[in-house]
Amino acid sequence: MYKYDQYDQQMVDTRVAEFRDQVKRRLAGDLTEDQFRPLRLQNGLYLQLHAYMLRVAVPYGTLNSTQMTMLGDIADKYDRGYGHFTTRQNIQYNWIKLEDTPDILADLASVEMHAIQTSGNCIRNISSDQYAGAAADELIDPRPYAELLRQWSSFHPEFLTLPRKFKIAVIASETDRAAMKLHDIGIRMVRNDAGEIGARFYVGGGMGRTPMIAPVIREFVPLDQLITYSEACLRVYNRYGRRDNKYKARIKILVHELGKEEYTRQVEEEFAHLMSQGIEPPLAELERIKQYFVDPAFETGLSDDLDLTDPDFRLWVERNCQEHKQAGYIIATVSLKPVGGIPGDASADQIRLMAQLAKDYSFDELRVTHAQNIVFPHVKKADLYTLWQKLDEAGLSTANLDTVGDIIACPGLDYCSLANARSIPVAQKISERFGSAEKQAEIGELKLKISGCINACGHHHAGHIGILGVDRKGVENYQLLLGGSEGADTSLGKITGPGFDEDGIVDAVEKATQVYLSNREDGERFLDTYRRIGMDPFKEAIYG
Amino acid sequence: MVDVQFRFRDDEAVNDPAVTVDAFTEQSNASAVRIEPGDDARDLLPHLDRIALVEVNFPAWTDGRGYSSARILREAGFTGEIRAVGDVVIDMLSHLKRCGFDAFAPDKPLNPTDARNAFDRWDNVYQATADGRQPIWALRHPA
Amino acid sequence: MKILTGNDLKTGAVIWWTGVGWSLDVNESADVGEHGAAIIAREEGAQNVFAAYIIDGQKDADGVRPAHIKDRIRALGPTVRPDLTLKPSEPEAVNWVI
Repeated sequence: MYKYDQYDQQMVDTRVAEFRDQVKRRLAGDLTEDQFRPLRLQNGLYLQLHAYMLRVAVPYGTLNSTQMTMLGDIADKYDRGYGHFTTRQNIQYNWIKLEDTPDILADLASVEMHAIQTSGNCIRNISSDQYAGAAADELIDPRPYAELLRQWSSFHPEFLTLPRKFKIAVIASETDRAAMKLHDIGIRMVRNDAGEIGARFYVGGGMGRTPMIAPVIREFVPLDQLITYSEACLRVYNRYGRRDNKYKARIKILVHELGKEEYTRQVEEEFAHLMSQGIEPPLAELERIKQYFVDPAFETGLSDDLDLTDPDFRLWVERNCQEHKQAGYIIATVSLKPVGGIPGDASADQIRLMAQLAKDYSFDELRVTHAQNIVFPHVKKADLYTLWQKLDEAGLSTANLDTVGDIIACPGLDYCSLANARSIPVAQKISERFGSAEKQAEIGELKLKISGCINACGHHHAGHIGILGVDRKGVENYQLLLGGSEGADTSLGKITGPGFDEDGIVDAVEKATQVYLSNREDGERFLDTYRRIGMDPFKEAIYG
Repeated sequence: MVDVQFRFRDDEAVNDPAVTVDAFTEQSNASAVRIEPGDDARDLLPHLDRIALVEVNFPAWTDGRGYSSARILREAGFTGEIRAVGDVVIDMLSHLKRCGFDAFAPDKPLNPTDARNAFDRWDNVYQATADGRQPIWALRHPA
Repeated sequence: MKILTGNDLKTGAVIWWTGVGWSLDVNESADVGEHGAAIIAREEGAQNVFAAYIIDGQKDADGVRPAHIKDRIRALGPTVRPDLTLKPSEPEAVNWVI
């Protein structure tokens, strides 16, 4: 993975000094809260329901054991002993003090981490495929391109006061594991007919109040034009994105209102101009970054056999492990969704344990997924049982990846000042209702996502089953959506009808799974059956 | 008329009243023009040779359209003064300068020490702009 | 009754106006009547609080109950982590929120 050189280190150190100075001026009364708020947001510091919340960046979801250990230590030293992994591959701490934040950022900088631009109207953390560099089906590792874009977007002087936040995802496989088309810019690395690698740009996707799937703006951008093209996309947005209405300020609205053709025309015009300005790094820079993403020293000639006699281990391997590109290796996901637990939360001890296990069994590398789980990308099959036993001892062996138990939930009204309803108790109740391994296996793949408000941080539009919490005359109420998907076949969920209270929504979810089980045909997942039979049978069963 | 508090030019400051973009294109003797956030800086490109001063207004510092305006002018080869006016804040000074601003006339005068710290904050930069500074990628790969 | 709430600038802690100062305990909230905006302006100016706002509250058995569930969660803590609330030894305290 990428390692900072002296320049990268200096940039994060400078940022810490800048923020320390800004905090000092705030506490001295030289900055009002209105003036300070955008500055602290660009350092990931929110005011949330209980205290300040700090969102630390995990660039494209990749980190090493030293960094993961630091995240655990920060939870102990400055917070209340745990962290929350988010739907954008970051980590959040909920009980932060403003006066501690410069020191926290300094601690992060000491291990090449930061909280730069994890909030605010700027380019946010660039996300990617959690199996990058390990997946058998990827064209190329997408992360060097994400790193190139990360540096380009950090402190970009023209794009720090955009109309609204800006989220970019980069993938390199046909299977979209990063919900790429639901980003402001989604990039898929592709190979053209001449055999060259380049980037397909999708612009104008997003969730929130008005979910939209990003259209293709450019089929192929050569590698030596990536930054120039990105800059053109952003400049058109900075100049023409709406600034009159916060809820219509994302680029998806601009692309929608101009139309894809006109937005594309404006980008191509700006791009043609920018090509003469020399803003593109040389290909040598991309090559330099790529050196950090070469394969680890895989052993060759390893056996692909696994002793699956232990039934619990077998279940975990079947559910949570994925094929690795290298024979004898496997990708292992740690579910942070124990039955009845809080999705995405991990204690400091669990975080440090995962760090150690990564060091021992995964070439010192971990990934954070946008489904709020942790991945060990490169595990020798020969080590897998030992790894699983250690996870099992620590309560980290829940075998529910991509099943109804693997719930994505935003923090909701228990933590978030934007929320209208609590999401975590709903997740817990559903998790318990479907707690048995047999039930989960019977249902199979089912991506259930819960948002506590219309901002959709739980990605409920993209859930096979989605739940949206609303405020109905001061009382929490939950709407049910069906048929969303974040993969290559991206689709947006449709609402079933009137909402439910907390117990009602759990019953409604169960009824939906019963309709699926009664109607499914060979090999169909929940999503497939829904797409085949439509909404009506579900509506009938749920509303009677 | 708000004072120019910081200026990074050697020539004499132009203090003619700045006219609007619309008025400028009609008036052949104006040499100072003011760009509002909704204006298109490219409307001025045919007339750059008669402009000595461009004021770019920031009614709110969080409306960042002025940054694109300034860069567009510099990219077109404009070498006159580009002056940031309005809600100009300490924490954006270095970014404004990178985008091509070389004069700053904030509505509310800024603390000069804080301002100097802000201008000098960043020893290095990740991106190339028309300000001529070598970005980090150029330092990594000297031509 | 009208009560005031906000956050402590340095720590971010949720605080409630008692009539003379700011407390972590919602039950010490004072009825500010029509004076909420003026008190907020003064207290924010003095940096004793920030992000302050006026809400409805009702007297209840323990003291004061904010009208909206969001402010009750702010008053006590996350309902899903009783151990992190202001009443960690009373897990049933979260029932007060609902």
